[in-house]
Formats: sequence, C-alpha cells, structure tokens
Amino acid sequence: MEVFLHYIKSFTLWELFKGLSLTGRRFFDKKITIQYPEEKTPQSPRFRGLHALRRYPNGEERCIACKLCEAVCPAVAITIESEVRDDGTRRTSKYEIDLTKCIFCGFCEESCPVDAIVETRHFEYHGEKRGDLIMTKEKLLAIGDKFEEQIAADRESESRYR
Amino acid sequence: MSPIAFLEGILSWMPESLLTITIIIIKILAIMLPLMAAVAYTTLAERKVIGYMQVRIGPNRVGPKGLLQPIADAIKLMCKELIVPTGSSRFLFLLAPVLALGPALAAWAVIPFGAEMVLADINAGLLYVLALTSLGVYGIIIAGWASNSKYAFLGAMRSAAQIVSYEIAMGFSLVGVLVAAGSLNLGEIIEAQRGPLGLLNWFWLPLLPLFFIYFISGVAETNRAPFDVSEGESEIVAGFHVEYAGMAFALFFLAEYANMILISALTAVLFLGGWLSPVSWVPDGIHWFLAKTGFFLFLFLWFRATFPRYRYDQIMRLGWKIFLPITIVWVMVVAAMVVWKIPPWFSS
Repeated sequence: MEVFLHYIKSFTLWELFKGLSLTGRRFFDKKITIQYPEEKTPQSPRFRGLHALRRYPNGEERCIACKLCEAVCPAVAITIESEVRDDGTRRTSKYEIDLTKCIFCGFCEESCPVDAIVETRHFEYHGEKRGDLIMTKEKLLAIGDKFEEQIAADRESESRYR
Repeated sequence: MSPIAFLEGILSWMPESLLTITIIIIKILAIMLPLMAAVAYTTLAERKVIGYMQVRIGPNRVGPKGLLQPIADAIKLMCKELIVPTGSSRFLFLLAPVLALGPALAAWAVIPFGAEMVLADINAGLLYVLALTSLGVYGIIIAGWASNSKYAFLGAMRSAAQIVSYEIAMGFSLVGVLVAAGSLNLGEIIEAQRGPLGLLNWFWLPLLPLFFIYFISGVAETNRAPFDVSEGESEIVAGFHVEYAGMAFALFFLAEYANMILISALTAVLFLGGWLSPVSWVPDGIHWFLAKTGFFLFLFLWFRATFPRYRYDQIMRLGWKIFLPITIVWVMVVAAMVVWKIPPWFSS
C-alpha cells in the first residue's frame, strides 16, 4: 500500500504541485519590501552606528584618556595618546577610531566610565579617499556636537536598563 | 492576408524577384522585432514574478514601475568590453554565442501565429523545429570548450549530456503528436485539434503524459531551473558562459530566453491548439496563441521560483528511466486510439 501510494504521488507530481501552489499563493501576498531611501525601518535608541565623542554642557570634553575603550576593543580599532594639560588634568592628544576595522560591537561605549565615546544612530556616511574612514579626535568631537541632542535623549531613555 | 497585399501594392514598382525578397524580409522583421522585445521584457517579467513569489517587489527604479530596466540592461551590456581569454580559441569563442542564438531565432520561421500567419509553411515543420532546437546545444558545447576554463567545460559537458538525454523523450512525445495529427506541418497539427468541444478537443487531453513530458523536457532543453545544472550558479559559477562578457554574454542570454519563448509557443501549438479558441462562441485568432504562449512562459518563471536544482544523476534518471518509458508506452496508446478511432479526438 505504502509503495502504491508513493507511485501515485510521484506520477501525479503531487509534491511539485504542492510547491507550485505555495509560491502561487505568495505571488498575491502583500509585499514587505522597504523602499530604502524614501522609507526606513524603525530604529532602536540602542542602535550602534557612527561613533562620537561627547562634551559636558560647559564645553569641556568628557574623555579622560583612561584607555579602557582601547583595551576592550576586540578589533583593535582605537588608538589613544594622552598628555597632561596645563591645568593638571589628563586629556587625549590623539583619539582615533579606524572605522574600516571597527565591528560596531559597542564595547567602547559600555566600558567608558564618563560616557565620552558613544555610538550614534547615524549610519549613512561614506569615505571618498583612503583615510576618510579613520575618525580623528576632531571629527569625533564634531559628530558629538552635531548629534548631542539625540545622543543625550537616547542615553536618557535607555538609562533605566543600564 | 491584407497587410501583405497592401505592401505588395506599394512595392509593385519593384521587379518580381526583388519584391518577393523584400516581402519576406519585412515578414521576418515583423516576427523578429516583437520577439526581441518579448525576450527583453521576459527578463523583466522573470525578475518581477520571482520577486513577487518571494514577497519582494523586484526592479522598480528605472522608468515607471521599472519598465525601462531591460533597456538599461541592454545598454549596459552593449557598452561593456568584450573580453576574450588568452587561452581560448578565439574564433570558436566568438562563434559560439551566434550558434546558440541562430537556431533559437530560425525555428520561429515555421511557427503559425494565426490561420495564415506563418513565414514558411513547409510540410515538415515539426522536423525542422526538432532539428533546430537540437542544434542549439552546439553553441553551448563550443562555448564551454573554447573558453578553456574548467567551470565552462564542466557546464558544457553537463549541458550536452542533459540535452541529448531529453532530446529523446522530447522526440518521442513529438512522435505522439504527429501520430495523433497525421501531419508534420504545424498548421495542420493545429487544424487536427479543431472540434466541436473546443478545448477538450485539443491534444493535451488524449496526450496528457506526453504534454507534461514535452513541457518538462522543454524546460530541461533550455537549461532552465530546476534543470539548470549547466549554469549551476552555486557550484560552477555560471557554467558554460562563465568567461563571456558584454554583448557575447548578452547573446547567450537572448538565446536562452528566445528558446524559452519558442518552447512555450511550441507547447501551445502542439498540445493546446495554437490559435484555436477554447470555446466556440469566441473567434479564433493570434490573441489565443499569444495568451497560451504567455501562460507557458509564466510557468517557466513559476518553476524557477519554486523548485531547487535537480542533482545531476537525478536528472539523468528522470530522463532515461521515467520519461523515455512513459513516452514509448503512450505513443503506443495514441497509435491504438488512432487505429480504433476513439472519439471525440480521433473519430474522423
């Protein structure tokens, strides 16, 4: 009986028609494509995109050159050099993130004791020549200044879970 | 046919022989140009249909609703450099795409689009079609050999074995058709399917197994999914045309799609009564032929969206151990039906 049924099934192309009916039904489904530049998928406040260095409200940069982010970075994408400023505080003289190495894991942000290095929601950027994707301290601070409002709001909304 | 009479009227100042040739060339153009447009838009239809079946949208950026996509693709391919590999046999390398495309287009000469609309109403049309569709494999074999590349060669070997195997099953199902119709002329094959019952009089019903086998073999002959081992994107990159670029590649593409449309048209002619109307109260005409061809063309795309590729030995098993015996048995059944004049198909 089993064998007989098997023969019936293969000669009537049963499985093939089943497959065709599945794709046939999907043909009329509502399409779920997002038309990217015009439409965008919803973004989480925890989105890990382009990096930024933040400042305190009084304009002083937050980073104290503790080098925890440099140590934790699994891709070794961060390079930091520090010096003591005239007022006796330690600050970075060089803070570089190589975005071609970065894997956007967010460990740098997690390790930072002063919330200086953060990852913003911004992800639509590009480089046009070599070196454009090595973010220097100036660039990172500029990004921080530009998006500070959103960065602060995102940190605030997620602070309950930290 | 009135347009032809009209043309003859305009061109009556020409000498007799020149007039005949001019009329024939105009007829060829009247087939070729819409066919080329159809090939171009089949590529778009394929991407759209497969996209829809995968709950995507498909190309929709070039022109309104993506309708200019094939034009953009064609321009891109024409502008690209034609690279001939150093180790290749240059003459054969460039000859192969022409050999692939030529038969695919030439076979259209005998396809009847309507009652009188056929370029060459020759008495052995079916034989001519069978011969030309078999020739297409030379393009593939020569392309694979001339490329001097292992992937291209593998693809060509697979393709050759596959096409030769399915050619037999295909040939036998055509034998069934010509036994049933009693003629090799495609127009007469269509006329033999005319009857009071409309679509029940067509050959698909008495020849049902042959109908299925012919179309499936047709899919295998054109190297389309699920029989696309000669291309096998995921294992041998692109198979026989892996070394081709630019317009030479485009010719292979054109040949593949022209062959798809040809097999669809042939299935419509041989089993679904070509330009005959399925019901008696609607007139016959070319629109029926086009609708039936379009249906089979859609099936090609539907198959590609649905089935995974057969393993090579499964393809051989299907061709030799299943299709071939079934066709031979059914040819005998058809012969018996014809001899005993089984109504409603063979009563006259």
